[in-house]
Amino acid sequence: MSTAAMNVPAARSNSFTRTLDIFLTEARYEFVRLLRTRAFSLAVIGFPVIFYLFFGLIMNRGQHVGSVSIAKYMLGSYAVFGMVGAALFGIGGGLASEFSTGWLELKRASPMPPFAYLVAKCCSAAAFGLVIVSILTLMAITIAHVSITLPEYAQMMALTLVGTIPFACLGMVIALLVPFNATPGVINMVYLPMSFCGGLWMPIMLLPHWLQKFALILPTYHLSQLVLGCFGYATAGTPISHWLGLAGFTLVMVGVAAIAYRRLEQNS
Amino acid sequence: MSAVLDPIQSPPVAETSAAVALLSHITKRYANGVLALDDVSIALQRGEIVALLGPNGAGKSTAVKLLMGLSAPTSGTVRIFDADPRHAATRLRTGVMLQVGKAPEMLRVREHINIFRGYYPNPMPYADLVRAAGLEGIESRMFGQLSGGQKQRVLFALALAGDPDLVFLDEPTVGLDIEARRGMWAEIRSLAARGKTVLLTTHYLEEADALVHRIIVINKGRVICEGTPAEVKSLGAATAGANTSRTLKVIRCVTDLPTATLLAIRGVTSAELSVSTTVISSTQPERTLREMLAIDQNLHSLEVASPALEDAFLALTKNA
Repeated sequence: MSTAAMNVPAARSNSFTRTLDIFLTEARYEFVRLLRTRAFSLAVIGFPVIFYLFFGLIMNRGQHVGSVSIAKYMLGSYAVFGMVGAALFGIGGGLASEFSTGWLELKRASPMPPFAYLVAKCCSAAAFGLVIVSILTLMAITIAHVSITLPEYAQMMALTLVGTIPFACLGMVIALLVPFNATPGVINMVYLPMSFCGGLWMPIMLLPHWLQKFALILPTYHLSQLVLGCFGYATAGTPISHWLGLAGFTLVMVGVAAIAYRRLEQNS
Repeated sequence: MSAVLDPIQSPPVAETSAAVALLSHITKRYANGVLALDDVSIALQRGEIVALLGPNGAGKSTAVKLLMGLSAPTSGTVRIFDADPRHAATRLRTGVMLQVGKAPEMLRVREHINIFRGYYPNPMPYADLVRAAGLEGIESRMFGQLSGGQKQRVLFALALAGDPDLVFLDEPTVGLDIEARRGMWAEIRSLAARGKTVLLTTHYLEEADALVHRIIVINKGRVICEGTPAEVKSLGAATAGANTSRTLKVIRCVTDLPTATLLAIRGVTSAELSVSTTVISSTQPERTLREMLAIDQNLHSLEVASPALEDAFLALTKNA
């Protein structure tokens, strides 16, 4: 057992650093796992990249509407499309599968702090969001010669980190409510209409009036207006109203998830 | 077979200290109305290997979940090391192997093990774990690439990652070949020898017979009986109709004698013809054999054996 003592780093004696260590390890391997899961990483990075390439860059090369660069406008909306996909599929898909196979139960029975599991999933999805937004930004700069200042880029990154949270919660709700083998289908059925109606594929002001009203309850609408706001392209509402919209949606999702989780737990 | 196996060390005499794990008058009724456990009390002592036996749906997994604090009892108390099983401090001293459909497939064996080792302040050394679970040579494989038996061994390693004092193993040897199963048995025995407590559920009665100090048979949410494998066997034999169960033997042979004649012989409790072999249970096997051999000169292919745990188990759970 003397070799055991040598293998244990001194930091382990401190329970705070050990907890921090667990959170970091959990997050790192969740990210590695997602990256190695090609079905996830290729789709989640590939779709926004291809969509942006076709609709944002090839079809609107260098065009402006008034002072608005279409390529830059589309960068904002496809960035949101990308980060939402990473959050929904990363958390919804992963959680649903680990829940149905009993892996989550094994984790719960271990001394892992339960919060570490959720934080790891959230952080990995956010990391994918950062990668996607960075790739899109690079494409905008190199292909369409869009000018993006460092503060604009930094604001997008910050919004990616925060914006992952409401969609992570939505993914959690889907994973808890929908049977495992239906999860990818249901996520798509939520993701794609929500992207269209929130103005991610087509500017919100071009949508029918009643859809613009409906968009007020969609987190995609609020997040995209905040991201477009980084470029001065926001078209509706105030930043405060969008933050409140995201916060409200998050609270509702957390509430639904808590109820669904309690119901499942009583039956286990 | 006993020649292959190490002799089981007798469990240390129950100490006066509190049980390592305790279910006390537990009733568990699920929200859908199913009564999974009905006034069940189980106590595990230090250094013991205990098997929970029972048919599917008997309540074995529910009992394990309650002991792990994954599920709350409708009434009764659960204590692990005289503390709440849900406390982090309690979980640091327990290890669990559940029937998991699959672990995340795109992580390597080494990564899975190190993630779990990281949960504990004093984990088992990595090399020891790999050796104990027989994972040498497959440490760099993705979990998804492993065979069923290899996956099972990784889950075993995860249960031991924290060098726990109390280990729950839910059907640990499912899908293992004979060699791997024997290897896992040896590991489980060495855990008990180091003072650890092991509770396992199994469908392999041979496993319970060869491995454990004590068997608890549960059926339809109740404990039917508990005792050493020998005691459970004799109880089962008693349930099956014999009054002096200690000497009960099972005689197999090919004979022309009709079952009515056999049943008339002293000591015979049952006689059945299956295919060409006649199977006879007797409480006075020597006497029965002498008479049979005297009546039937052509009797051949004779075998005499102790009743299997399987027979006891079937007898016990059938009548419950």
